[in-house]
Amino acid sequence: MAKLPKYYELLNIDYRPPKGNWMDTPVDIRPGIYCYPARPEVLKKASMNDRSDWKKYWVVEDEDWGLPDDWKERLLNKMRDMLSKYRTFKVYMDICVRCGACADKCHYFLGSGDPFNMPVLRAELLRSVYRGEFTTTGKILGRIAGARKLTKDVLRQIWYYMFQCSQCRRCSVFCPYGIDTAEITIMAREIMNELGMNIAWIQESVTKCLFTGNHLGLQPQTYKECIDCMLADIEEYVGITIDPSWNRKGAEILFVVPSGDVFADPGIFTLAGYLMLLEHIGLDYTWSTYASEGGDFGFFTANEVAKRMNGKIYREAKRLGVKWILGGECGHMWRVLNQYMTTWHGPIDFLEEPVSPITGTKFENAKAHKMVHISEFTADLIKHGKLKLDPSRNDRLRVTYHDSCNPSRGMGLYEEPRYIIKSVCNHFFEMPRNTIREQTFCCGSGSGLNASENMELRLRGGFPRQNALRYVRDKYGVNMLACICAIDRAAFPTAQQYWNPDVGVCGITELVANALIMEGEGPRTHNLRGFEIATWEPRP
Amino acid sequence: MDVKVSLGIALGAVLAIILIAFFGAQVPGLQPIFGIFLPYAAFVIFIGGFIYRVVQWGRSPVPFRIPTTCGQQKTLPWIKQNKLECPSSTLGVIGRMFFEVFFFRSLFKHTKAEMADGNIIYSPSKWIWAGALLFHYSFLIIVIRHLRLFMVPIPGFVKGLDTLDGILQVGVPGLYLTDVLLLVALAYLFIRRLAVPKMRYISLPADYFPLVLIFCIGATGILMRYFIRVDIVSVKQLTVGLASLHPVMPKGIGVIFFIHVALVSSLFIYFPFSKLMHAGGVFLSPGRNLANTNREKMHVNPWNYPVDIHSYEDYENDFREKMKAAGIPVERE
Repeated sequence: MAKLPKYYELLNIDYRPPKGNWMDTPVDIRPGIYCYPARPEVLKKASMNDRSDWKKYWVVEDEDWGLPDDWKERLLNKMRDMLSKYRTFKVYMDICVRCGACADKCHYFLGSGDPFNMPVLRAELLRSVYRGEFTTTGKILGRIAGARKLTKDVLRQIWYYMFQCSQCRRCSVFCPYGIDTAEITIMAREIMNELGMNIAWIQESVTKCLFTGNHLGLQPQTYKECIDCMLADIEEYVGITIDPSWNRKGAEILFVVPSGDVFADPGIFTLAGYLMLLEHIGLDYTWSTYASEGGDFGFFTANEVAKRMNGKIYREAKRLGVKWILGGECGHMWRVLNQYMTTWHGPIDFLEEPVSPITGTKFENAKAHKMVHISEFTADLIKHGKLKLDPSRNDRLRVTYHDSCNPSRGMGLYEEPRYIIKSVCNHFFEMPRNTIREQTFCCGSGSGLNASENMELRLRGGFPRQNALRYVRDKYGVNMLACICAIDRAAFPTAQQYWNPDVGVCGITELVANALIMEGEGPRTHNLRGFEIATWEPRP
Repeated sequence: MDVKVSLGIALGAVLAIILIAFFGAQVPGLQPIFGIFLPYAAFVIFIGGFIYRVVQWGRSPVPFRIPTTCGQQKTLPWIKQNKLECPSSTLGVIGRMFFEVFFFRSLFKHTKAEMADGNIIYSPSKWIWAGALLFHYSFLIIVIRHLRLFMVPIPGFVKGLDTLDGILQVGVPGLYLTDVLLLVALAYLFIRRLAVPKMRYISLPADYFPLVLIFCIGATGILMRYFIRVDIVSVKQLTVGLASLHPVMPKGIGVIFFIHVALVSSLFIYFPFSKLMHAGGVFLSPGRNLANTNREKMHVNPWNYPVDIHSYEDYENDFREKMKAAGIPVERE
């Protein structure tokens, strides 16, 4: 694995691009930036192209990748197909005027200075091929029209940079035409998947999820054991015994979370929060081991794969005969749920319009989809006074809120989490305006890029967020970053150990659970992490 | 693209148009080509090409509703929705598009990021917004003003706009504000591309060419009006003839007019094949023109097809014994 630069080396960033023509700049595929290729056997298991037609094993840093003879034809055919299926793709290939408004909006550009991380140039990598292979002017005028043919070198460059976009959509906020680079890299990744050019980190999760039900590949008994572990912790620190139900038919609600919360610190404390909250209000709900993943890494490979993975949730809801579905805190999970899920599988007439059994609130915005976000659900509970809360238990925490990219720019979930945090914490501080809400920065590891071999990329991409975090840490003494995304919870601790080693990470349902006064609870001297509430100093 | 090459191509192309018109219009008998045939051809290509492009986009499906949500969604009744930045109704979408198209709202959000002492500093930067708005509105007003050449009688709003544009009442004939503003805005956009390193790096010949072309259109227009005067009566005879589809070619129109017309015609011809089509494309951008109502109303993907989903039955077959051992209910014992 590549050696990690020191932070002062990493901060040596120059936003001025090099001299010369970008079309002549050969790609320099650097360790620490790229992710390892998906393993053929893992691709094969998912019935995806497993590169068995390649001439040799794919080594990313090699000049010659050993592509099959008909590589170009197949990629272009796929691209033609995508152009005819997506108006976004076609319009976004055609109308960019290169005004440069997006240039300094990407966290990877701000953290690296690599000109190809300017969203405009990232898109131009593909656009130049579009012009050169699909438009008459491009075919005739060539480079004068900014057109290129698809060559092996161009492909290497496209692959390298399409996996340096976390599809956070921050650039699309500033684009005068709403051109969404995420959409462009989604298309590019799907086109390259035609030849099996995915990365291991994404593909392992995809294949596991297809068959075990979750990204982590937790089999049903292990999934349950993980949650049992948290139940034991809750018993120890809260004094409450909880016995949730599994794959239970006839439950009113199916609860689906990102599996990251089931397994990894600090997501597991968010999970403990869910368990306590839903127990406290006496919700008639069930967990499922079959639909045990809300997230959808298939979204980072191809539309069809994403749909295959996501399809289990409605199927399970139907099998169990629930009325509606509640979803946990996760980023791309909610982008997929909000913008794709009903379109893929709808109409969903076997479920009912979601109504909170506790408050009677109808979630009219989820009328067709039948899924409610835990933050919407919790905010409604708090508003109706259904939770007894003692915010002073969070008084050791000086909290800031990171708007996770996807629920922000792919859903519009801005106020609910803030309302919840302000209800359960006494010390809340916003990061600077240019770094929150619709202008929020990615953690640096989104869209399946939270592997470990690309750590330099992740730390660079995480820098703009961490820089804003450091600002509130210095100014207000912020020591906890709250978020509603499982990738955030997995990625931020690493980024913060590097950039802000005295700021912790949590999901907001953990904060809710800390403050929640449960009936019959024991003395609450320790928080869910096992630290004394009175003296706790959060760390990443 | 190498900046010298890009500039060379852009300037060279515009110069070629000017020279062709300059010499061509002085060749006996060729004036109708430049005065009648070229404008007609350009107009037909422009309209036909524009419609073709928009229809091409319009016919491509919108499988998913993926607007960028830049404000609070419609949710619980006590949380205020941002109806403009996260619309949930057609009216909201129209509002969002209105501010986008007429006021360049997204461009208005532009900030500049710089590194200083290991920190990123974001500062609001309205120059690109102001420059773009100035250019587009000046150009629009100039186009509308030109209707006076094609219409008899001249409509009131054209006359009104004319008066408003010349409100400074400087010089004879009166100076149009938009003439000056157009050139200033174009000069800014041009210099920005050259002077800002990032802009220079991403710019293509196709970015310089329209700027130079429109600048020359403005410049020849100004020359014709204030310095190298042409016979306006003959010009109007020609333009009205063109508009009424009974073209005549009056004698004695100065060559500068033909250069101006050749440049305008070139712009019309170039338009549908270039990035200038953003004028039509902005209306069709699914990132902006859709309501964020995916959970409220089902959006249909016209090419949706069933996929192979790993079934619960297969899943249970894989794990039945383990599930039973863990006390997880199963369908078949």
